[in-house]
Amino acid sequence: MTATQLQRTSTQPTTMSTLLTFRIMLVREVRVIRREFVSFVLRTIMQPFFFVFVFAYVLPSMAAGEGGAMFVGAGDGPSYSTVLVPGLLASSMLFGGFMAVSMPLIMELSDNNEIEDRVLAPLPVWAVGLEKIVAGALQGLLAAVVVFPALYLVHAEGAAPAIDVANWPLLIVVLLSVSLLASALGLLLGTVIDARKISTIFGVIVVPVTMLGCVYYPWSALETIPWLQVLVLFNPMVYASEGLRATLTSGVGHMDTWAYLLFLVAGTGALTWLAVRSFTRRVRR
Amino acid sequence: MSDPAIAAQELCKTYAGSTGPVEAVAGVDLTVEAGEFLGLLGPNGAGKSTTIGMLTTLVVPTAGRAQVCGVDVVRQPVEVKRRIGMASQTNTLDRQLTVFENLEFRARYFGMGAGAARRRATELIELLELGDRKDAKVHELSGGQTKRVVIARALAHRPDVLFLDEPTAGIDPQTRHNLWDTLRTLHTEGQTILLTTHDMAEAETLCGRVAIIDHGSILACDEVERLKTGTGAESIVTVTYDGDPAPACATARDLPHVSRVEATEERVRVFTAEADGILGQLATAGAEHGLAIRDASTMRPSLETVFLTMTGREYRE
Repeated sequence: MTATQLQRTSTQPTTMSTLLTFRIMLVREVRVIRREFVSFVLRTIMQPFFFVFVFAYVLPSMAAGEGGAMFVGAGDGPSYSTVLVPGLLASSMLFGGFMAVSMPLIMELSDNNEIEDRVLAPLPVWAVGLEKIVAGALQGLLAAVVVFPALYLVHAEGAAPAIDVANWPLLIVVLLSVSLLASALGLLLGTVIDARKISTIFGVIVVPVTMLGCVYYPWSALETIPWLQVLVLFNPMVYASEGLRATLTSGVGHMDTWAYLLFLVAGTGALTWLAVRSFTRRVRR
Repeated sequence: MSDPAIAAQELCKTYAGSTGPVEAVAGVDLTVEAGEFLGLLGPNGAGKSTTIGMLTTLVVPTAGRAQVCGVDVVRQPVEVKRRIGMASQTNTLDRQLTVFENLEFRARYFGMGAGAARRRATELIELLELGDRKDAKVHELSGGQTKRVVIARALAHRPDVLFLDEPTAGIDPQTRHNLWDTLRTLHTEGQTILLTTHDMAEAETLCGRVAIIDHGSILACDEVERLKTGTGAESIVTVTYDGDPAPACATARDLPHVSRVEATEERVRVFTAEADGILGQLATAGAEHGLAIRDASTMRPSLETVFLTMTGREYRE
């Protein structure tokens, strides 16, 4: 028996070696994230930071002065920063995870077919897709960690967000499924978007998804505009915002637990399946 | 007896094109034994890359079968990937990593530990003389450097079969000759290699056997010397006399192995499968009729004449 044959008979079972390769691909992602950490933080934090700065600090501070009422209505309800924290956290996670998968993937699938570098590794093609989802979800969670302190700390005097976590396990389920949902969406769109149309498509998606994603207002408050309250249910951002609103700031009215949880868990499962299938078909011609 | 390194039977690939189905590969049969260096020679669009794509699991065949080291490419793609290294035509390097990291991670994907992977990467950097570029980003590399890194990466896990898709297309002659040396060394050390190219010199210099492919099928597959003699390609003996060559033509037509004789005012052109001795006999025949030779030449068949005879001369792509 030659040395190569010896080596081969002693290789680990396929599942073990697939897991090993999967893990090394995650190690690669971590190395890339670490290298680009500063730009990741800046990119992630800008939009939510300036949003809370203006809407939770500048405007409420003006309201305390003359003419401020034109910006913020007086009332006994939760402070606006309490409404904003889960919404902005959800949008940061959703876009963070989404972009982390879709942007590099679109480049990898373009003319040079760079994806071959990963696809030739000894694991099934579906596992390469799944690895991208897991890596993207990690970046979605990282986005939450980066953004949360800013959301929590930036507010006008006496208008601190009322964070109240009653159910930690539920919060963890929501955080995990929101980040997986984001990266599964990234994988799905990343496999269908043409690299040449990328800026148009993102430009068209980002604004409506955010504006109509219950980021800046709770879903229950839309009851005064019933058609819109139904329409926004097609937007996955709504479930991410409401899930975090229910688990982080229970003082604010939110969607029923079964409703957001059903969408987040079942939707993430279905999207992951669809995205991995789309990826496999795209890669193995 | 051990399995051949590559075996393909009736391998087909049809793509759904915008104007109807496109048959990229139309029934390829191919066997490559372990340790062989086989060249897949064909014009652009002949089906070389699609064939190599199917053998490396990147393209799913629409019909037929193929095995690499006895493992089926459709049923056990992961096991096939363990046995092969693939250097593509395009720059498929990981752009988020450096040159060194590209090699290091490839080795690690295949199960090498961190230390072993770094040592392997260092070895490959030396083998392909990339020392001064090892920390470069992929986008900083020249065309020739990119090709070398792509080949180094394909070797990272010491594959049983190395696939090279036009490894020297578009690079300068120095780099090309150095790469040829490296590939020869690898082959001498026992590496099985399948290389696609449309460069005759490359196929002739490197490959033990050459398969000529066009329109998705293999037209001939043999050793270069035998291709030259076995497919109708002939030597051409041309003699120019100082007068009418008619008597020499008559002699030439009666010689064995001569298939065709063309004559002009002073020149005779003899197409033959066996050129040895023809020139002498034409000289004697001329002298008998008082004709002196002004010029003479023998053109041996080359791979290029074989290739052009088989694939025709129209423009491709």
